[in-house]
Amino acid sequence: MVDTVMTEARGPKPQKAVTGPKIIIYTTLTLLAIYYLAPLYVMVVTSLKTMPEIRLGNVFSLPRDVTFAPWFKAWATACTGLNCDGLSRGFWNSVQILVPSVVISIVVASVNGYALSFWRFKGANVLFTILLFGAFIPYQVMLYPIVIILREIGLYGDVWGLVIVHSIFGMPILTLLFRNYFSSLPEELVKAARVDGAGFWRILIRILLPMSTPIVVVAIILQVTGIWNDFLFGVVYTRPDSYPMTVQLNNIVNSTFGEKEYNVNMAATILTGLVPLLVYFVSGKLFVRGIAAGAVKG
Amino acid sequence: MADSKRPSILSRNISSKIASIPMALTALVIFIGCSTWTVVYSFTGSKLLPKLRWTGLSQYDRLWGTDRWIVSIENLAIYGFCMLLFSMVVGFVMAALLDQRIRFENTFRSIFLYPYALSFVVTGLTWQWMLNPTFGVQKVVRDWGYTAFTFAPLTDSDYAIYGVLMAGLWQGTGLVMVIMLAGLRGIDEDIWKATRVDGIPKWKTYIRIVIPLMRGAIITALVLVATSIIKVFDLIVAQTQGGPGLATEVPAKYVMDMMFRNQNLGQGFAASTMMLAFVIIILIPWTVYEYREKRRG
Repeated sequence: MVDTVMTEARGPKPQKAVTGPKIIIYTTLTLLAIYYLAPLYVMVVTSLKTMPEIRLGNVFSLPRDVTFAPWFKAWATACTGLNCDGLSRGFWNSVQILVPSVVISIVVASVNGYALSFWRFKGANVLFTILLFGAFIPYQVMLYPIVIILREIGLYGDVWGLVIVHSIFGMPILTLLFRNYFSSLPEELVKAARVDGAGFWRILIRILLPMSTPIVVVAIILQVTGIWNDFLFGVVYTRPDSYPMTVQLNNIVNSTFGEKEYNVNMAATILTGLVPLLVYFVSGKLFVRGIAAGAVKG
Repeated sequence: MADSKRPSILSRNISSKIASIPMALTALVIFIGCSTWTVVYSFTGSKLLPKLRWTGLSQYDRLWGTDRWIVSIENLAIYGFCMLLFSMVVGFVMAALLDQRIRFENTFRSIFLYPYALSFVVTGLTWQWMLNPTFGVQKVVRDWGYTAFTFAPLTDSDYAIYGVLMAGLWQGTGLVMVIMLAGLRGIDEDIWKATRVDGIPKWKTYIRIVIPLMRGAIITALVLVATSIIKVFDLIVAQTQGGPGLATEVPAKYVMDMMFRNQNLGQGFAASTMMLAFVIIILIPWTVYEYREKRRG
């Protein structure tokens, strides 16, 4: 299923001339596209307007005098609680959470997938099955006991605690991804290396990882968007000072103090969505492969 | 670290086992251990701190006797039913349209899928603004001259959940489309040739032949959408904070508020155990189905 995503259309053959059905198809698709693009368009134009213009005009109109002040304010001076250094704080917090989480979760999952493919021990498949079913357990069921565990090991409220949590909850899908990839490789590869005297780690590092670039890229895409977009774990496991960008964004926009500055709010919202959007548009079909891989879970 | 000289059966298993410790801890301590812990403590009277003071089913009694929980379930049922129905139907239609050898297929697909890359917080805030009664879509249409036009679901407690639904569909339908498209591309082209020769109309081919053949893709999409519905939380927090009144409260938010705001841990544990039960109800038929498919080969 994963690989067939990219093949060309194989539906019924189209008629040669532009006929009725074709017009209906393109019209429907265009209307849908407008529905999908409208919010993005509205966000962008709102963020470039001044507040007086927002109060007078309508959300779809282009800004009369373009201003970048809301963007500046959202990034550098908007307040949440006592901090008035804008979303930049959340951005850097998110980066600090993101980088180690992505690295650790991918390292752990690749080792898991490798062990499950080539070095299966008794009970390994049972663990893997539990892991896959675990992916469906609502996070709320596990949130509180994890608070206790993190408090016991002294990482509750710490960025590293959140890194561990992200590595844990990224594990099912990433392990599946790596296991499926490694299982598709010829087993002779590992057998030959084993005969040559290479051990568990050496085979992984020298032989398998160098040929895993495509799957590592898919894993990075999945993790970067997933972790950047997280809100629940950020709210539960970090302190206000180290809140990730999504949590800070929500606090800025939904704060009940003062007058609502819709242009600043929209600029802040776009800023927070920028990282996953960038990943999405740069990675293109690999992103689709990532979610298709997620879709064949189980 | 590794025994690279003599890979005996014993040492190779040891390396592999050591390497699998994080996986074992995650599976056993977090997924099984923590879930069990929560279920066990849902039978206690824990308030601010978890305490093993048994109170039987009283947390569940109280839960099902609480208005807010009942409303949360009703909201989730409305949201869930509509979300499943519309995302599946629209997702399938989008996939079928994209499968007609059209131009700009990739452009359309990118447009339909990009919201899926965005977080629920961003989605919720975006739609909060789109549906803003004073400045949003309602005002635009009124400015066009239809002054009686009313479209402000987020401020109307009867319709607020549909405002959330609009955002949820915007964000999630692209995923269904991608899965369905993959399913469509997996169907043998000969089937299309055969039905064309027989003169069977296209819509009939889709309903009678193609959809039954896509069972796998459809079920995958159903399970993914259904489990994401039960988890819905960030979207609500960002878009409506559960309001107006209780109009958009959902179970996940009930759990969070009980555990981390109202210092009523026992209630939070009981409510989250109910969420787990909902997921299990969805998963069991699916697992049985997958198992049967696998045995059938």
